Amino acid sequence: MTSADELVIRTAELLAAHDPAATEPLEFLRARFDAGLAWVHFPPGLGGLGAPRALQAVVDAELAAAGAPDNDPRRIGIGLGMAAPTILRYGTEEQKRRFLRPLWTGEEVWCQLFSEPGAGSDLAALATRAVRDGDGPDAGWTVDGQKVWTSSAHLARWAILLARTDPDVPKHQGISYFVCDMTDPGVDVRPLRQLTGEAEFNEVFLTGVRIPDAHRLGAVGEGWRIAQTTLNNERVAIGGQRTPREGGLIGILAETWRRNPELRTHELHQRLLQGWTDAEVLRLTGERLRQQLAVGQPGPEGAAAKLAFARLAQELTGLEVELLAEQGLAYGDWTMSRPELVDFTGRDAGYRYLRAKGNSIEGGSSEILRNIIAERVLGLPAEPRSDKDVPWKESAR
Amino acid sequence: MTELDLLYSEVEEDLRSAVRALLADRCPPQAVLTRCEGPEPQDTGLWRTLAQELGVVALQVPEALGGAGASLRETAVVLEELGRACAPVPFLGSAVLATTVLLAAGELAAGEWPALCAGDRTAALAVPLSTAPDAPFPLGVRADAAGALTGAVTSVADVPGAGLLIVPADGPAGPGLYAVDGADVTVTARGSLDLTRPLVDLRLDGAPGRLLVGPDQAEAVLWEALLTGAGLLASEQLGLAEWCLATTVAYLRERRQFGRVVGSFQALKHRLADLWLDIAGARAAARAAADALATGSADAAVLVAVAASHCGAVAVRAAEEAVQLHGGIGMTWEHPVHLYLKRAKADQLALGTPGRHRASLATLATLPAPGGPLPRMPHV
Ligand SMILES: Cc1cc2nc3c(=O)[nH]c(=O)nc-3n(C[C@H](O)[C@H](O)[C@H](O)COP(=O)(O)OP(=O)(O)OC[C@H]3O[C@@H](n4cnc5c(N)ncnc54)[C@H](O)[C@@H]3O)c2cc1C
Repeated sequence: MTSADELVIRTAELLAAHDPAATEPLEFLRARFDAGLAWVHFPPGLGGLGAPRALQAVVDAELAAAGAPDNDPRRIGIGLGMAAPTILRYGTEEQKRRFLRPLWTGEEVWCQLFSEPGAGSDLAALATRAVRDGDGPDAGWTVDGQKVWTSSAHLARWAILLARTDPDVPKHQGISYFVCDMTDPGVDVRPLRQLTGEAEFNEVFLTGVRIPDAHRLGAVGEGWRIAQTTLNNERVAIGGQRTPREGGLIGILAETWRRNPELRTHELHQRLLQGWTDAEVLRLTGERLRQQLAVGQPGPEGAAAKLAFARLAQELTGLEVELLAEQGLAYGDWTMSRPELVDFTGRDAGYRYLRAKGNSIEGGSSEILRNIIAERVLGLPAEPRSDKDVPWKESAR
Repeated sequence: MTELDLLYSEVEEDLRSAVRALLADRCPPQAVLTRCEGPEPQDTGLWRTLAQELGVVALQVPEALGGAGASLRETAVVLEELGRACAPVPFLGSAVLATTVLLAAGELAAGEWPALCAGDRTAALAVPLSTAPDAPFPLGVRADAAGALTGAVTSVADVPGAGLLIVPADGPAGPGLYAVDGADVTVTARGSLDLTRPLVDLRLDGAPGRLLVGPDQAEAVLWEALLTGAGLLASEQLGLAEWCLATTVAYLRERRQFGRVVGSFQALKHRLADLWLDIAGARAAARAAADALATGSADAAVLVAVAASHCGAVAVRAAEEAVQLHGGIGMTWEHPVHLYLKRAKADQLALGTPGRHRASLATLATLPAPGGPLPRMPHV
């Protein structure tokens, strides 16, 4: 097993061979990937060294100290957090080699074509069709349908896509998982403006999009099971981030409090102390989850972390607007823009307040996460349902 | 800030299993219910077994003194199990609060260890159970130059039959912590909200005391004992909350109304999911506090305040939800859930309320309260 000391040595070798000050950022990132220092827990040859995940922090700290460029994770969150772990687990050797390196370096942005107008929380009801054309080496799929709420689709080179390949079986069984080329002429991306004013997400129309069979991930009909890996990773990615004390939203709030004694009231003080405590409990919960993952005993705290994150983000951002008083009435800019980053903490308090409303909807709504915890963790029975064993084409939608 | 270890080691899990098995055998909820109205609400027999068979009443006491040479992390695991069983033993008072003072007293307390470690005697810290770590040093008892103590202390928990009392008192040279034999003190039982951790009032009329910690250290040592108590109480609250959730889930998976299992109604599932979430936070917070106390981290005061604030509230909510979701049976004396409700509510007040611990973060985390002149009210 690769130790922390060994990683420090390898990092020093990378830095010696590629002086960050004299190397193009992209070239440096590629070299870092090839040295196995991108995500050390990935296998050798795929950006990693098969080392414990927790040791990534050792590498990151060394590189940050040396002023090395990073891959701007906020720009490629869907690739890093969701596409990569799914491709690693279910992709062929060829798919892993083709996709993971440019995904990690940020050369290729990814998006997620899951949700549809008629299939949100009930994702398995999705109606986008993929029909097989031909056999043999040129075999492929023709895809038609509409996706919605697709973050970063306007920037993406690739998408992870769920489509129905068999309408005659119950809905969870007839879905397959594909990698979709966003430059295909049948892909039409249209901005959807959000309540913040900007268009971080899009609607995506798929018309006769051709996907080679080599870009299918996993077996035909296995899409739902594979999607669980994506969704579980999404929740850990959103809620399980490692932060220092007072990292993120609570840090912004605490600093505002310290700098502006004239804004302080007793009622706000109580809520600030409560929010600070909640943020610290959530940080420790995430830290505990990380430690559990590091020693290979993953717990159900992933869904919990996402649920708690959403609740806290909304509590803190609402409080911040109130604390700011007159300044809380301001809003920077309503002009419709298409952001390059998904950044929950950026811009002003009003933006944060509004953007945080999405935290309890994206990546599985808080209601759905509570259902998951109640059923899969606590073992409480599911609600009675009418769609389980009916072929998808006959089910009520 | 050093890296916190928030997991349970194998040794800790083994310890947990042993304690849990013993408690399942010796104090199932029905037995606790029967005992709490009897002449001896606290179970001295169980205490002796915990000491002699499992060696858990002096876990963090060095082996050279007759203890187990473990740490406060292991002590916290025992508290989780005692909370889960709502066990009527003086662990918090003796094995945590008093033990912390006695360890700080060093040589001066050397003679006390054999009887304490063997479980033949217990010790208690003579302060009201509601005393918060940041409370001023109590001055209700005076000590004269000869060490005779006079005064009163109310609402003291875990006072042994004729055990050892550690009494904070105002001495001739300033505050001190004194060892007093329980037999020399007038002990009056008082009705208490928590049936499984009864409270007493103490009256001292010239009781002979022996100075354990003098004026230079007394305030710091008392603070350390109360901080340790508040931090480890979070683990008891965690165990208690876990019992409430597990018992409620089990009941709701059986109970049927409207032709379906009550636990399939989403209104209840979501409440229990939220509770589970808060208990996951309690586990992380309680572990963090225990680890920081065990390693003597400079961050311990902050982590104790966070754990005490969060876990105190979660335990109460878990117990209140348990009562509500059991319906009528939850309101009966016969069902043990009320023991947990009473323990949870009393624990919430013990060693500082959640709100008081949060308030201490104003200083510890530099989040100052509003100051300056009060707003002017022109119309009055
Ligand atoms: C900012 C943002 C970014 C997003 N990015 C992407 C993306 O990149 N790719 C992608 O595929 N999707 C994305 N989504 C979509 C997101 O996953 C869905 O919006 C979400 O799953 C909810 O689906 P819905 O919008 O259809 O709401 P619905 O499912 O119609 O839900 C409506 C309401 O009913 C509640 N509800 C539904 N079912 C139940 C139930 N069984 N029990 C209790 N309550 C229930 C929901 O919680 C919600 O409150 C994004 C969403 C947001 C807000």
